[in-house]
Amino acid sequence: MALVTAKGVEVRVGNKRLLHDVDLRIEAGEIVTVIGPNGAGKSTLLKAIIGAVPIGSGRIDKRAGLKIGYTPQKIQLEKTMPISVGRFLSLAGSFSKGARSEVLDKTDVIRLRDAQMTDLSGGEFQRVLLARALLRKPDLLILDEPTQGLDQPAEARFYRLLAEVRKETGAAVLMVSHDLHVVMAQSDQVVCLNGHVCCSGAPAQVSVDPSYKELFGVRAELALYEHNHDHSHDHSHDHGEHSHD
Amino acid sequence: MIDDFLVRALIAGVVIALAAAPLGCLIVWRRMAYFGDATGHAGLLGVALGLAFGLPMMVGVVVLAAAMAFMVSYATRRGDYGVDTVLGVFAHSALAIGLVAAALLPGVRLNLTETLLGDILSVSWSDIALIAVGSAGIVAVMAWRWRTLLNGTLSPELLVAEGGSLMRDRLTFTLTLALFVALAMNLVGVLLITAMLILPAASARPMARSPEQMVAIAAGIGIVAVGAGLQFSWITDAPAGPSIVVMSSIAFILSNFWKLLRN
Repeated sequence: MALVTAKGVEVRVGNKRLLHDVDLRIEAGEIVTVIGPNGAGKSTLLKAIIGAVPIGSGRIDKRAGLKIGYTPQKIQLEKTMPISVGRFLSLAGSFSKGARSEVLDKTDVIRLRDAQMTDLSGGEFQRVLLARALLRKPDLLILDEPTQGLDQPAEARFYRLLAEVRKETGAAVLMVSHDLHVVMAQSDQVVCLNGHVCCSGAPAQVSVDPSYKELFGVRAELALYEHNHDHSHDHSHDHGEHSHD
Repeated sequence: MIDDFLVRALIAGVVIALAAAPLGCLIVWRRMAYFGDATGHAGLLGVALGLAFGLPMMVGVVVLAAAMAFMVSYATRRGDYGVDTVLGVFAHSALAIGLVAAALLPGVRLNLTETLLGDILSVSWSDIALIAVGSAGIVAVMAWRWRTLLNGTLSPELLVAEGGSLMRDRLTFTLTLALFVALAMNLVGVLLITAMLILPAASARPMARSPEQMVAIAAGIGIVAVGAGLQFSWITDAPAGPSIVVMSSIAFILSNFWKLLRN
């Protein structure tokens, strides 16, 4: 059975219809990436799946006992709240200190355990969020724009980390991303969203879809190019660049 | 020898400062200072309506403050206006409606200065008992739901994703705030309730390394401000409520100055 099945989902906030007629299916272990312009409802869809946004019509079914690890797009971490990385992780629930160290180690931020969250760089912050999501040993990771605001090297490091985590845990991933070239190279399924699902399917299938080209224009062509490019260099990419940070 | 009424004022002030610390920190973290204002101002209307209907004052205030809190959170979620505008509209409307109602409703006679600025020096032992029970309730609820409240502050979505309830988070926060307004109104008045909440918390920020530390330091600053404010008021004959808030302001300046020097 699929991990998550959404059918005809509609989300309204006030008078605004943010999503309508959204169908989505996430199978165990697959990477599903949601792309689309700003205001397309990408984050809303993710929030609807975790249950943080009520759906007007349609339905979202989750496999019984499905464990979701979620990283929000942003956290209201004003400079006003003093909190260390370690304490932030402990807020996830009753997990042992050992379990907390393990995920911090896995995401390579264990040395930051005592650092204040407000002192972290964008990349470090995302790794801490991912660590917290991993604590629950999720079957499905839901990541809302995990590389937003990261520079290119940090972004590359994050995707490499994500690939490692997946290899280890076998968790499925549902994420919102703007990095078209990565999306095309790494996803099993791409969902092109603009209030509704414009097109979805395997990357190769989506990249030739007229509605995809319409939404992303020149960038789409570029991504397709990089997609092929990435493939031929896949191996040199994966090795030897590990302990930079 | 210290006069009995000063002792009562001190006890009441210290107890309120203890309840204000966790709530005040949450308000500062959630950027909801205006929300405290709106809820506090609604308390005035609560007093007027309570008096008009012959209900205990506490009941009117808690009901109106809670109703205001829910209306505000609904209106801000609709997103027709900016959050600051919605809160400004509600806070000032509530204050004005409360003042008008107090003037027009039959059988309501309010001492305006007392209502707006409080009268901590006239607090009775039975008031103190009520304030102590109410404050203990607030602190107990805060302690019980602390992890959820912190998660709801950091990220409502993360709270839900990890199995928490947003509704319960909002309810806990709103109802304890309404209760606090009802308790603190007599002491510092509707105008200065928000100050009692956010000034100690904001002053504590530069010195704190964890959320709990910030609450503890805020409580300490609040208590010192109450003591110093009452003493100041005793010596100079200035009104007690504002004197306490002035002491908190001084704490705010000192703590930020200290941070400046340290860096």
